[in-house]
Amino acid sequence: MKKKIPLILCLIIGVSMVCQYFIPHPVSTQFNSTINKWVVVLSAFALVLGIGNLTSHHITIIKRKKSDWIYSLVTLISMLGMAVTGLFFGIDEKSLYQKIFLNILTPLGATMFALLAYYMTSAAYRAFRARSLEAGLLLGAAFVVMIGFMPIGHFIHPYFPNFAEWLMRIPNMASQRGILLGVAFGAVATALKIILGIERSWLGGKD
Amino acid sequence: MWLFFIFYASIDNFVARDRPNDGGKCIYLSWKSIEDSLIDGYAIFRCSINDSEFQKIGFAGRFSTDFEDNTVQDSIKYIYQIAVQKKDSLHLHTISNIVQSSPQFFHKGRINILFAIILFTLFLIYFMSQTRKGARLFIRKIAGLDAVEEAVGRATEMGKPILYVPGLGDIDFPSVIASMNILGEIAKKSAVYESPLIVVNCYPVVYTVAREVVKQAFTGQGKIDKFKDDYVRYLTESQFGYAAAINGIILREKPATNFFIGPFFAESLLMAETGNQVGAIQIAGTDQVLQLPFFVTACDYTLLGEEVYAASAYLTKEPVLVASLKAQDTGKFLTLLILVVLTVLAFLKINLSSILKVQ
Repeated sequence: MKKKIPLILCLIIGVSMVCQYFIPHPVSTQFNSTINKWVVVLSAFALVLGIGNLTSHHITIIKRKKSDWIYSLVTLISMLGMAVTGLFFGIDEKSLYQKIFLNILTPLGATMFALLAYYMTSAAYRAFRARSLEAGLLLGAAFVVMIGFMPIGHFIHPYFPNFAEWLMRIPNMASQRGILLGVAFGAVATALKIILGIERSWLGGKD
Repeated sequence: MWLFFIFYASIDNFVARDRPNDGGKCIYLSWKSIEDSLIDGYAIFRCSINDSEFQKIGFAGRFSTDFEDNTVQDSIKYIYQIAVQKKDSLHLHTISNIVQSSPQFFHKGRINILFAIILFTLFLIYFMSQTRKGARLFIRKIAGLDAVEEAVGRATEMGKPILYVPGLGDIDFPSVIASMNILGEIAKKSAVYESPLIVVNCYPVVYTVAREVVKQAFTGQGKIDKFKDDYVRYLTESQFGYAAAINGIILREKPATNFFIGPFFAESLLMAETGNQVGAIQIAGTDQVLQLPFFVTACDYTLLGEEVYAASAYLTKEPVLVASLKAQDTGKFLTLLILVVLTVLAFLKINLSSILKVQ
């Protein structure tokens, strides 16, 4: 019974949402909007659980004085600080909350993003070591595309940029679309398997 | 000015009709445009069948040939009038037919999708019945999934944790759902080998589902006493905050095996490279085509697109799930066949591509 009820609910809601896609009547769109509101409410409940998990995880680390426990303290103080600032002093444009968000959190995010350039370099170095035929092809294609899209490409040969463009537009796009076609069918199959109760791994399997 | 009146007595083909495939409360007007560069546009007027006067309800530009009136009530009959506006004066007043809006019960523009879903479901039922009769279906080898057992075993031998990252998508991403299915299988192996598992989540709903999946997997293997609340963690919804937290976990806890399975975006390489630098065995899988090259470069095994969705069937080898893979492949083959036929017909100047159009 513990597994049957979620499966029945999943079937009813899943089939209803599929039907809703084909019915433009206001009753159907109202149903869709109600379900979406339910999702928001459920997410809010889940957020409480999530914050509870985060807090208890870091409190345990601090209590047991595990290595690097100081980072856990920073996490908890930051979370609590932002919550108190937002709840008691507002979140409008000139608020302290917005100042912290724009002057601390946003630059920190940008810093992480900027690090990507260095990670790309080290990953590219590893990928472009032509140890096999595939790696050699990758190196060749990357070289053509990089040079082709730079001004120097045109000076090397006038057809260089066109060839780079062709590589991106035809072979690259064709393989991307092939993968996307598979992804689309995979997504539909997964949805159908879950709606029809064939896939039950999310419930811990069939046992 | 006189030339204008000589050429045009009225606006041609001015038709009002209920907009098809909608929830009502909308009338669609169309007309043939007037080829005169001196006009400003078209003024639209409306009058209900019970009223005596036309009210101006809108204005369409010089090149417009249609207008949608979203201010009508269903089941009331209306008449429209259109006039050409030239500076401050109106000319060529033309009256439409009587029309009323109503909501529709079926979206005819999506009939091809409905047909495809029905066909796909039929394939699924057919292959499932075949497997129930004992037919053996072939699945090609997927190296990344074959390596799961080895990866979990390695973590056990080294006494280090397994890190599972379900990506940066909420529960409405199909690849997150597929990722949860794979997590269930990995959690079972982790329970059997009693290896610690760390599942890090970006969205609270995904965290709740992941926690339940892991707990159920441990319960299913009779190892619920080995399950710790700490195994499944909620981090943050911030994209780079999430990446930074995962990098921190990788560097501090040094997991022996990393799984990155789900939707990933710009943060994919940040995490995969860090995992590579600490020497973890890494299995990644995503349906985000642009992130695949990063994973191929930084991970030991990568599941490409649809392989993520096939993983659950591959790992469990359950005949019913394998049947769904066969249905998926048949659907893909049929789609390719349709694309080839339509391309050949297009070369012969027969354009039937509209049958694939979705409204």
